[in-house]
Amino acid sequence: MSRDTLSRPEPVARRAPDGARPARRISRTEARNARAAAGFVLPFLALFALCFLAPIVYAVYQSLHKTERTGPLGLGGQEHEVFAGLANYTHALSDDQFLAGFGRVLLFGAVQVPLMIVLATALALLLEGASARGIPFFRSAFFLPYGVPGVIASILWGFLYVPGISPLVKIAQSVGWDVDFLARGTVLWSIANIVTWQFTGYNMLVLIAQLKSVPEELYEAARIDGANAWQVARHVKLPLIRPALVLTGVFSIIGTLQLFAEPKVLRPLASSIDSGFTPNLHAYSEAFVGNNQHVAAAEAVLLALVACVASFVFLRLVGGRGKERG
Amino acid sequence: MTRPPVRYRIITASLLTVAALYFLTPVYWLIVSSTKSSADLFGTFGFWFSGHPRPLGNLTDVLTYDHGVYARWFANSLLYAGIGAVCATLLSAAAGYALAKFPFRGREAVFNTVLAGVLVPGTALALPLYFLFSSMGLANTYWAVLIPSMVSPFGVYLCRIYAAAAVPDSLLEAARIDGAGEARIFGRLGLRLMTPALVTVFLFQFVHIWNNYFLPLVMLSDSRLYPIQLGLTSWIGFSDRKPVLYQYTVGGAFLSVVPLMVLMLVLQRYWRTGLTEGSVKA
Repeated sequence: MSRDTLSRPEPVARRAPDGARPARRISRTEARNARAAAGFVLPFLALFALCFLAPIVYAVYQSLHKTERTGPLGLGGQEHEVFAGLANYTHALSDDQFLAGFGRVLLFGAVQVPLMIVLATALALLLEGASARGIPFFRSAFFLPYGVPGVIASILWGFLYVPGISPLVKIAQSVGWDVDFLARGTVLWSIANIVTWQFTGYNMLVLIAQLKSVPEELYEAARIDGANAWQVARHVKLPLIRPALVLTGVFSIIGTLQLFAEPKVLRPLASSIDSGFTPNLHAYSEAFVGNNQHVAAAEAVLLALVACVASFVFLRLVGGRGKERG
Repeated sequence: MTRPPVRYRIITASLLTVAALYFLTPVYWLIVSSTKSSADLFGTFGFWFSGHPRPLGNLTDVLTYDHGVYARWFANSLLYAGIGAVCATLLSAAAGYALAKFPFRGREAVFNTVLAGVLVPGTALALPLYFLFSSMGLANTYWAVLIPSMVSPFGVYLCRIYAAAAVPDSLLEAARIDGAGEARIFGRLGLRLMTPALVTVFLFQFVHIWNNYFLPLVMLSDSRLYPIQLGLTSWIGFSDRKPVLYQYTVGGAFLSVVPLMVLMLVLQRYWRTGLTEGSVKA
């Protein structure tokens, strides 16, 4: 007790001895809380700082610098970093391939994300509204692809796309439809199919979880009021699963901007996929093929910025109503 | 409650069946193809078995090729995903518990920073993280993949929400009066009460690490450190010169997918309860 008063002068307590006790007890609880909390939070925060904050700071730093070599013709000699201002950003933003990659993923996201979420919502509503048997089977079947890693899914669908192996192409040809899944104009949508295949079931489960949290009486009441299944879904269920729709939407947008494994794996099969097909692919080849870390860092920063802005805009547009609850 | 009319039920069942066909066809193709020889893979119809199925022969081929490198990749994947997910779960549990149960100054600031971490795209971090680790001499080691795998901002978020709802203050107070230390209370009470959330975090993180491709790709150059995904893509890369690798890739993909699917189906129940906590109270 005396240690407490020594280490932390409390003028209020000294002036009014009768009020000192509760005041001191509160501050002691606070101190104890802070100490205990630190013990629990710091291990996580240390790694979080190393793996999230430090790379961001480092990327911003690198993106504002460039490597210069002192020596004849810039060959040999000492390498050192000099401040480059926004040169790496202007370089990235004037690279047509990089911009085309961004345009491509934005187009991809604008089509694939709504399609997938509509499909996930439809499946969730069907599974929750149906009284059919076999619901657990269907739920598991739809969810199963989520357990298939993006690389494996791309390998799988790759085999289903490549003429010569693909039974799908064979079936299409046998009915006279000459389909090329890997052509310049189609390959983006073939990739969209892989992503949709993988993540629809996952999003569906999130939506089902939210549907289950709605009290059954609410549906009953709507039905008694004479609403049919469609009206219940449209006017009762959909507004109620709004938070889950926002959640899945944001995660899907972030996922779209990160598109990498699918085009990377399909690239050897499809000449229509170039080294800058998506922003991530471009940054990767800039870093490891072009050996230009600084531009790659600028591209990573741009990618993170666009992802944040896109999520934020989406949250504002769709989730506005949820904000009131904090 | 009246059952919906037959017409409606038939439409529902047909829609569900069509969707199931879509989701299961590639898996079915994988199962069929994993029994085929390299020649039959190209020579026979993909959606039906060949006349000469050799599932066990293929299995041994995959496992013995290149001195059993496949088994090593598999073990690496288990190591990264297993240890990474356990550590991530414990770290998230401790942080989420503290953020829920100990009011301290700056708590919301910490929580909001972590939440922002959920929204930063992982692959935008991977390249800078590589440059950073590389300057620290950590690139191309097990640590390069393990350390980032131990951090799950989403896990902290979920654990905080769950702990706030499932760990009663009165119980903690009672334990304190009994003289138990904070670490002990967390270990004995907190962790136990948070188990459903912990299962979810573990599963999420396990699948996330197991499926992660970009991070190991940029971090690792030694193929003995590869996780399975990276190994399989390296086989595809060589298959131009060695066509039998196509077959090995199919067999290897099949082998790698089976355990995860079983895990997912078994633990689906926990998964759903955890997700409810996460999405509904967000």
